[in-house]
Amino acid sequence: MSSTTASAAALPTGPEAPAADAVKKPVNPRSAKRRKSLAQWGFIAPAVIFMALFFGYPLVRNIVMSFQDYSPSTFFTGEAPFNGTDNWSNVFGDGLFGKALWQTILFTVGSLVGQFCIGLALAVFFTRRFPLNGILRSLILLPWLVPMVVSGIVWRRIFDQDTGVLNSFLGTVGLPGDTPWLTSTSMALTSVILVNIWIGIPFNMVILYGGLQEVPKELNEAAALDGASAWRTFRSVTLPMLKPVITVVLVLGFMSTVKILDLVLALTDGGPADSTQTLGTLTYQNSFVQMDFGAGAVVGNILILISAVFAVFYLRVNRNEGK
Amino acid sequence: MTEPSPDGRIRRRSRRTRRIVVPLTVVSAIVAGTVLSGCAQQRDEDVFTVMNSSTDESYHRWDGDTLKRCSKQLGITIEQQSVPASQLMTKALRMASSKSLPDVLQLDASEMPTFAEAGGLIPLKDLGLTTTDIPEGIVDFGSFDGKYYGAARTVNTLALFYNKDTLDKAGLKVPTTWAEMQSTAKKLTQGKRYGLALSAGGAEDGVFQFTPFMWSNGGDESKLDTPEVAEALDYWKALLKDGSLSKSTVNWTQADVNDQFMAGNAAMMINGPWQVETLNARKGLNWGIAEIPVPEAGDDSVGPLGGGVLTVPNTGDTEREKKAAEIIGCMAGEQEQITYALNSWMVPANSKAAAVWRTKAPELAALAGQVSTARSRTAKVGARWSSVSLALQSAFQSALTGASSEAALKRAQQQVTSGN
Repeated sequence: MSSTTASAAALPTGPEAPAADAVKKPVNPRSAKRRKSLAQWGFIAPAVIFMALFFGYPLVRNIVMSFQDYSPSTFFTGEAPFNGTDNWSNVFGDGLFGKALWQTILFTVGSLVGQFCIGLALAVFFTRRFPLNGILRSLILLPWLVPMVVSGIVWRRIFDQDTGVLNSFLGTVGLPGDTPWLTSTSMALTSVILVNIWIGIPFNMVILYGGLQEVPKELNEAAALDGASAWRTFRSVTLPMLKPVITVVLVLGFMSTVKILDLVLALTDGGPADSTQTLGTLTYQNSFVQMDFGAGAVVGNILILISAVFAVFYLRVNRNEGK
Repeated sequence: MTEPSPDGRIRRRSRRTRRIVVPLTVVSAIVAGTVLSGCAQQRDEDVFTVMNSSTDESYHRWDGDTLKRCSKQLGITIEQQSVPASQLMTKALRMASSKSLPDVLQLDASEMPTFAEAGGLIPLKDLGLTTTDIPEGIVDFGSFDGKYYGAARTVNTLALFYNKDTLDKAGLKVPTTWAEMQSTAKKLTQGKRYGLALSAGGAEDGVFQFTPFMWSNGGDESKLDTPEVAEALDYWKALLKDGSLSKSTVNWTQADVNDQFMAGNAAMMINGPWQVETLNARKGLNWGIAEIPVPEAGDDSVGPLGGGVLTVPNTGDTEREKKAAEIIGCMAGEQEQITYALNSWMVPANSKAAAVWRTKAPELAALAGQVSTARSRTAKVGARWSSVSLALQSAFQSALTGASSEAALKRAQQQVTSGN
């Protein structure tokens, strides 16, 4: 509110000025002011309404829902009795939640580390000039263009223990060709992570490559003149210069990885024996298989909370960078 | 550069702002209005909708043809609305809350109890439909809590599919007992080919496939930690241990199983009649079908009933609901059942229709036998089926990947009991 009045007062031509024009009817300063503030609200309104409808409402609704007994009958009666913290204690009491949480952490950390390291290595590699650089760089983008579900289905075939391409290949080159990629409880999560790394490399590479272009070449040259080794230059010059980009890549990567659902559903359906169950698949299972929307909302809220913590962290880092 | 007069500037600005503000506000108001008012639609008196999951081109066409004939017969217009099977339930629930439910809703029979329990369905007998000529198992299949809510047109179940050439070459007979199946599968396992393929995937597919083993052995989904269920699971484990089943079994859907069979990677498979069309399209594949083997000779082979049922959702408009029941009466009429069954390779629900069908599709006779003893997954546990199913998936997957059957099933039963 105060900002509205302040900016109105700051205008070079105050509302008092129009008196000069005698032909036109005088403009009431108060109505002009009101019109102006109305105009400002008019500009903000679409954004506010949009945010409220598509972010605020679902968020609040999801939180409320996690304290309700929200079952299929709710859709008919419109009644969802509050049941205190029953949903929360049910979810936390179920051993599957702890397992899914732990697997989500492993999945997220594993995917991010893999995607980032390989993506960065490739980005650095492509900063050199060599023939076919552009073509290769665009080919690496392919995994990004393939829909997640398609990747999942194709990889499921590749990983098949008996008829999969991967095991056949390993067999022919003399390595053990019967790795139970998706069929052993101890191996499945690793395989899912591997696929997600494959999917995430292009995103990491593109952003980091863009960041590397921004690092002034003179700095590297100066470091080289000072006798710094390539590794030293990379660590002490390139990486610090790249820090803002790295933050963006990791935070965005985190937020899209932690909520993983489609890939897991396509690859393993959370199996075998829940060994690839993540918070995303658990929410899905609670809400849309068991139709227990309250329990689904609980896990959903936890996911939102985790993402929100990282979003805040991201904003703070960004603000500090700006200073 | 000429400075505009202060007045001109103000006027122009205010006019310009108004020109922008008004449309913006109107647009925002419209957006808000449409979203908030929901989509309660006006129903046309002579237009009725049937919502199903026939998103496949052929199924959509078959259903479309049926509805055209029924429209003509009843003198109304019937529209078909098809939603992917996995979204049908949630879509229908959302329609319930916005009071825009279709007149007839085709639900998967295993999902019907959830919808009925929520008070979303009208018992068909109240609307004048009878269960004459429908075998008891199929009436149960469409019932929840003793009330008949869903009329099946056709049903399906699982059976043993085998590669005739492979069996003949090895001089083996089609197995009828567990012991026979185990030894036959072992003998047929050679090189890249497995003796048997089945799905133990972590979704409903796997559970569907486990039920005939559990039930034929006297096991029961209302109590998972019994010796009968454990024996059935141990039998699966034994097949896996023999090497007759691929280790990928735990990651296969029923469609994957069919692919393996068609590619010659499996000599026999457990699968359903919906695969027949694909199997027939494969030239040179000489397949046969038999009932799923039983633990001991003389036992009944009890398979799971699958398929959709036609229901009348509770819309509160009695007149329309009655008309909807007439639509179901037409769609599930004897002739329509036969037509649909022959198209989709399923078995008609009505026993008279099934008798006619048997003469027209003799190669699937084994399936008809299997259907006559089959039972529904939800008859005993009703709307709790989804929890039981999830617990069971987890149990057989742990057992097949190393855990003991007893321990896995005990955990599953605890999971079901502690859950809702």
